[in-house]
Amino acid sequence: MSNTPMTSVRTTSSAADEVARNSPALSFEGVSMVFPDGTHALNETSFDVRPGEFVTVVGPSGCGKSTLLKIASGLNKPTSGTVTVDRSRIGYVFQDATLLQWRNVLRNVELMAELEGMPKGERRDKALQAIKLVGLDGFEAKYPKQLSGGMKMRASLARSLVLDPSVFLFDEPFGAVDEITREYLNDEVIKLFQLNEFAGLFITHSISEAVFLSTRVLVMSARPGRIVADFAVPFEYPRRPELRFEPEFAALSGRVSHELRGAHS
Amino acid sequence: MTMYAPASKGLAITPPAQALELVGPQKRPFQISRLAGPVVVFALFIGLWYFMHYKGLRLLFDKPGERLIPLPTDVWRATVVSEGTRGDYVSGIGWTAVAAYGGLAITIVLGLLLAVVMLQARWAEGAIYPYLVALQAIPVLAIVPIIYVIFGGSMSARLFVCIMISFFPIVTNALFGMKSVDRSQHDLFTLRRASRWTRLVKLQLPSALPAIFTGFRISAGLSIIGAVVGEQFFRGGSKPGVGIVIEKWRTKGVYPPLWGGIIIACLMGIGTFLVFGIVQRLAVGHWYDGETQKD
Repeated sequence: MSNTPMTSVRTTSSAADEVARNSPALSFEGVSMVFPDGTHALNETSFDVRPGEFVTVVGPSGCGKSTLLKIASGLNKPTSGTVTVDRSRIGYVFQDATLLQWRNVLRNVELMAELEGMPKGERRDKALQAIKLVGLDGFEAKYPKQLSGGMKMRASLARSLVLDPSVFLFDEPFGAVDEITREYLNDEVIKLFQLNEFAGLFITHSISEAVFLSTRVLVMSARPGRIVADFAVPFEYPRRPELRFEPEFAALSGRVSHELRGAHS
Repeated sequence: MTMYAPASKGLAITPPAQALELVGPQKRPFQISRLAGPVVVFALFIGLWYFMHYKGLRLLFDKPGERLIPLPTDVWRATVVSEGTRGDYVSGIGWTAVAAYGGLAITIVLGLLLAVVMLQARWAEGAIYPYLVALQAIPVLAIVPIIYVIFGGSMSARLFVCIMISFFPIVTNALFGMKSVDRSQHDLFTLRRASRWTRLVKLQLPSALPAIFTGFRISAGLSIIGAVVGEQFFRGGSKPGVGIVIEKWRTKGVYPPLWGGIIIACLMGIGTFLVFGIVQRLAVGHWYDGETQKD
């Protein structure tokens, strides 16, 4: 399979935007990862994520999907290969909400900006905006132990939004919430994606979540992981929940599923 | 019959009402049955006391329970009704509190500092830990002369004993708490290249607060023991704490006021433990739900 990125499915953009889109916001080139214990997590993985692209990686569990994000964000260093990304504006949503239990929602949402040294007034304004955007207004003073799983994830999303990320990494963020909540959170992510035009890299093992959210779906093989298939997703944004039940959606999901089965063996 | 029409949702996404319901522990109403356990156990305890006085000690060990374990009423009379002894103990409680809480305050400061030092490097922890365990194992009696020469025979020596006895739980609990920070919470700070100091102040210390307070509670009880033991060895100065009053009656072989002193020391320990429990709840109760849940 070739590593050349597919043409963007979005057509409504000016020439200036087009130039910006041509240089990737995040680029993996021949990235391999072998952990000190000998686990070969990634093998010569190469792909780009351009601004305005939302790329989802699906793959068998333990195939090194999450490692991609750790390498992209600088938490892990690859054994070989290069990653090109502007790390000053990375948003990262973890599998757990990872809220600080001793901080209320507002102070949690402020955290990233606070660590970045943003002045207090500015970060408070941005945090309040982000909280509103994810539909948590009215809950600013609540502590994590008072929130449901879905609400915690919303707070976690808001926390990353405050830094206005140009690259947004999602590490299977909605794996632990029930299906309806997951669908709402998917809508939320799409809304944020449309408003902020970041480059998204989303890890999941739900095929329908992958197809629903993305402009591109990459399928990863079992360990050592590498990209074995690359699907462009043609559906228009905003994507309505009913899209999940349309034949084109099912057909594409079927093709992704087929590749994924191949990837398992 | 319900009609389902395809709803077209735009950008405004409103979560369903039930998703926004607050979850969290519900306050349980006070139940009289929760008192039943403590009342029954207390009754059994008093019953056992009477039994040991009249029969138990004689049956089990062939020793005079009537003399060694005086009745609660006699203890009360000798300790509280007798004005002289009562006065001794009331001022004694004050001096013991000075030694215990003074020692505890010093222990908290030194213990937390040491825990932070041990947190900085695995080798530091490994190197220091054996000495902490050793500190626990030192028989106080054996080093009494040394303490006497260095700190004198009064308050400073008692403070020293108190610190020695209450040091370990504070350090180990604080260290355990700070080391138990969730891995992905650390990642969060690593992403923004947080300094060690920022990590300590904004992540490790607040996250460890419940454990730190647990250490405080354990050490607070121990500090009372430390103060009383310290007083028994270092009786100098004009600050006779509970331990010194106990010693007076022990040397005289008068058991009712001696038992009174023991009970007073126990009550001080329990009271301190409870007070620190309340302080803990006030400090972290609004966010900590008592489980090891991390997010």
